[in-house]
Amino acid sequence: MSGEITNVVVEVMPHFEGFVYPNEATHHPLWSVLIVLYPYITGLVAGAFIMASLVRVFNVKALEPVYRLSMLTAFAFLLCAPLPLLFHLGQPFRSYQVMITPHLTSPMAIFGFVYAWYLMAVLLLELWFDYRRDLVEWSKTTSGFKGVLYRLFTVGVTDTSEQSVKLDHKIGHILSIVGIPSAFLLHGYVGFIFGSVKANPWWGNVLMPIIFIMSAMVSGIALCVLNYMILTWIRRRTVDMRCLDVMGMFLFYALVVDAAIEGLDWIHRVYSAEEGFQLMQYMAREKLFYTLNVGQALLGTLVPLLVLGGLQLFRHRVSDLARRRMYFASALLIVIGVLAMRWNVVIGGQLFSKSLRGVMSYKMEFAGMEGWFMAAVVLALPFVILTILVKLFLSEKLPTTGVGSDQPAATPA
Amino acid sequence: MSNPLSRRNVLGRLGALAAGLAALPVVKTAKAAVQKVLVSSNAPKGYDPTKHKWVMAIDINQCIGCGSCVEACKKENKVPEGPYFRTWVERYVIEKPKPGSGEARGQTHVDSPNGGMRGYPELPVAKEDIQHSFFVPKLCNLCHHSPCVQVCPVGATFDAPDGAVLIDPKYCIGCGFCIQACPYGCRFLNPVTKVAEKCTLCYHRITRGLQPACVEVCPTQARIFGDLKNPIPNDPIQEFYAKHRVSALKAHLGTEPRVLYAGADREVQ
Repeated sequence: MSGEITNVVVEVMPHFEGFVYPNEATHHPLWSVLIVLYPYITGLVAGAFIMASLVRVFNVKALEPVYRLSMLTAFAFLLCAPLPLLFHLGQPFRSYQVMITPHLTSPMAIFGFVYAWYLMAVLLLELWFDYRRDLVEWSKTTSGFKGVLYRLFTVGVTDTSEQSVKLDHKIGHILSIVGIPSAFLLHGYVGFIFGSVKANPWWGNVLMPIIFIMSAMVSGIALCVLNYMILTWIRRRTVDMRCLDVMGMFLFYALVVDAAIEGLDWIHRVYSAEEGFQLMQYMAREKLFYTLNVGQALLGTLVPLLVLGGLQLFRHRVSDLARRRMYFASALLIVIGVLAMRWNVVIGGQLFSKSLRGVMSYKMEFAGMEGWFMAAVVLALPFVILTILVKLFLSEKLPTTGVGSDQPAATPA
Repeated sequence: MSNPLSRRNVLGRLGALAAGLAALPVVKTAKAAVQKVLVSSNAPKGYDPTKHKWVMAIDINQCIGCGSCVEACKKENKVPEGPYFRTWVERYVIEKPKPGSGEARGQTHVDSPNGGMRGYPELPVAKEDIQHSFFVPKLCNLCHHSPCVQVCPVGATFDAPDGAVLIDPKYCIGCGFCIQACPYGCRFLNPVTKVAEKCTLCYHRITRGLQPACVEVCPTQARIFGDLKNPIPNDPIQEFYAKHRVSALKAHLGTEPRVLYAGADREVQ
């Protein structure tokens, strides 16, 4: 009799070692791959926007060629940021309740507002003021569907006098200044969603928002490096090496701070070795070995740190071609490494029981709402949107003016 | 004649608009709060939640691990088959220390296959090697500072005035944040309704003067249920508090559970 029961237990719960609470014995974690993508995409938005702000607020002239591309990247990703959340909800049609009856003690309740603020009050407005004059010009010279679109985007404002353009610049500057704390808020708050869960020793951590903000900046700048290099390659233009070097420099310093804070977090965890520490150790050694040690720490942080750090010291001894390859490889590793970091946080935090007596396993399925395919679609969507945006707003055929007008399309081969 | 577009007028109108917009969520929230008590609680008409303070207590020494409570709960509350439990019973087996190990106690084994509803497999250690073994029924801890209530983005889960922590199933968006926030693993996402679910102390029963299903079927009175605001003669819950020294689960998290345990070992968390 007892043998039979044991067999049943093994059959029902094949993914567990030790003891997990009966409610935790589900087939996949409650928050699965879509919730991995949610902070990842939001982070890319915040990072790309900070990158653009370097031009606008901190007047880093060398980065002008990537200003508009960074803004469009932030916009494309921001449009997709709530999708994984929405798809994940048990009752997606009730999601509007978060906006109309927010429960103010919940870290999640404010997302709708922060998101709406960031999209409407910061990104859309700033983009519009950046492009206003160009849109007026383009709407005059372009015919067909595109022309109609440009005309629509002008919202009927066709004043291109010097005075009005000056005002555009001023407003854009102010929006950018407002945008930086907003970007920090957008992503720091995402970190707080996890950092506020005291029930989970993997998440409940005061550093979580800062870790999220720093890794967001790193991933966003890296994405801009990739996008810039890929766009120039597609258009068969040459990369502005000064711009790329400066991006590499900012990427390096952001990565230094990010690695320092995450390192600090780990040192604290190891040293204080609080309740559940043995389980954390086990997770790092076994369950998350590849994504944490190899993906996040070695390939996503250490290697790019060495490569980018080396380039800070010996930039002049490395040929342009070699530098381009090193920047591209580092940026790619960082983008993958930060994805691994999100995975480690979100999935890692659900691979052990809150009883601290056992661990679960997670094997991703291919199909279904929480599968590989859906995740790939959600991750590909912002790139599709970005392609359309680039075709519309960074066209090689249309002249641009204003901040960031020295865009990839305008740099001759 | 005043200018309809004067600065004063425009500012006034903008202010009124902003105030209106700001008041909207407040009104909606207030309405939702009233709805919660009226609509979702399954309470009969005339039931006044402010006149009661329901609570449960667990006497671990009494539990024999029969699993009747788990089965009764599943049936009473139509809890779906599978890893979904509003209550469950854990079995603890603590080994004697290995001779010469210098330890006070040996390894601890915990299990709760299928919530303990269908019994337990054979003991993982030989009988003579066991120092202690006991069963621990688990349920919603009815926290004073419920992390689940704190994190709900829409306020679908709430502290009822009578001590129950309830969920409005028509209002829950199924985000799962409360499930992550509960340190005790007491919540789950119902695979059928796609909303969060948990022990309600059988709210539909207790508001009609009945006991929760698990208390009703418990053959050994390991579960003690009562109303702290309306003590009865020889009140079992008052007797329980008078007779036992009690402890709460995961007290270090500051959730201040109202469900108190008698006879809990340090291994019970």
